Amino acid sequence: MFKAKYITLMFAVVVLAMGAMMSAAQAEGTQKGSASNAKWKDECGACHFAFPPRFLPAESWRTIMAGLNKHFGSNAGLDAATASEITAFLEKNASTKKHEVLAKPLLRITETPWFKSEHREVAARDWKNPKVKSPANCGACHTKADSGDFNEDNVKIPR
Amino acid sequence: MLRIYFVFSLMFALAVLTANPAFAETPVEVLAAIKAEAAGTPGFQGFSAERGEKFFKTKQKHKLSCSSCHTDNPAAQGKHSETDKVIKPLAPAANEERFTDMKKVAKWFKRNCNDVLDRECTAQEKGDVLSYLLTVKK
Ligand code: HEC
Ligand code: HEC
Ligand code: HEC
Repeated sequence: MFKAKYITLMFAVVVLAMGAMMSAAQAEGTQKGSASNAKWKDECGACHFAFPPRFLPAESWRTIMAGLNKHFGSNAGLDAATASEITAFLEKNASTKKHEVLAKPLLRITETPWFKSEHREVAARDWKNPKVKSPANCGACHTKADSGDFNEDNVKIPR
Repeated sequence: MLRIYFVFSLMFALAVLTANPAFAETPVEVLAAIKAEAAGTPGFQGFSAERGEKFFKTKQKHKLSCSSCHTDNPAAQGKHSETDKVIKPLAPAANEERFTDMKKVAKWFKRNCNDVLDRECTAQEKGDVLSYLLTVKK
């Protein structure tokens, strides 16, 4: 009888510990990349590299998010709840650099003056390389783009 | 007392496990749901994997087909036609995450059919495609 109780207790402890570990793992996920962050990565990283919010100002993100049904020739439409969650995340982490406020905000990172200046030394033939395909294909040259690292030490232009 | 504690912790563990939204459905359940949708259309005579394969590989509007991104072999890794981004295999035999979440399936059918056909796919077309994908071996 005592043995049976003991086994039940052990089992309960193990199950509880597992539960606690799982909720701890979930809590860490929210800390590092909040729920909206995960949705952003999932939704905005499906067709291309998930462009980090810091590369465009808030009004650009708002305009992009309002036009997802016609998104650079693709349909990237989202349900309203997911869209507003992602919009909030993008706005919160958007670029705060001083920039010209345009009547029509730029929708492409690759068309911002900042991007052009940062990449002025990249040769035309490198942009046209089929291994690069599009200037928006950040990961073709920034080998650690997936982890948000754009440091020049990790740039390797494909030849 | 211990027994109650045990039952409680078991329930707690179960709740944590089932709260995970992944793998909500199986591909067969998804197909059944599409079938229920198609059954409402007049003249429905079931799905055809052969028709699905032809649909999948035929170029339509904008010179695009499903294989433009998912390749002619849905068990292989695909590549987005615009961005070159890698796309995991579409056939459930090669990727167990496929067709296990009704909402995700509906979202991508809507988007991709609009890209390829300039309209949404009919339930017949969706059922044909999934029937085909289920015949693809790894
Ligand atoms: C259904 C596919 C798809 C989804 C989903 C998608 N995009 Fe795009 N996106 C594209 C395509 C195609 C382009 C054009 C790529 C090119 O020109 O190289 C693009 C381009 C962009 C660009 C411009 C890149 C540049 O600087 O040239 C931004 C910014 C962008 N997307 C943001 C987003 C955000 C934010 C989301 C999530 C809400 C998202 N995308 C989801 C297909 C998609
Ligand atoms: C054709 C290759 C190529 C592509 C594609 C590309 N870059 Fe770059 N990027 C470079 C090069 C080369 C530099 C300059 C490194 C240096 O300063 O020596 C650079 C510099 C940068 C820098 C500054 C890094 C620093 O440490 O000063 C940032 C930020 C950056 N790129 C972001 C992006 C983003 C975002 C994209 C995609 C929208 C992108 N790049 C696409 C090649 C590329
Ligand atoms: C322009 C590129 C492109 C084309 C063309 C395309 N797809 Fe996709 N498809 C994607 C991307 C990107 C995803 C989502 C990424 C992922 O889940 O790996 C996806 C995901 C899907 C899914 C989600 C399956 C799941 O459960 O995860 C289905 C279903 C699908 N595609 C069907 C089709 C069909 C049918 C066609 C032809 C009418 C088609 N696709 C054409 C790019 C494309």
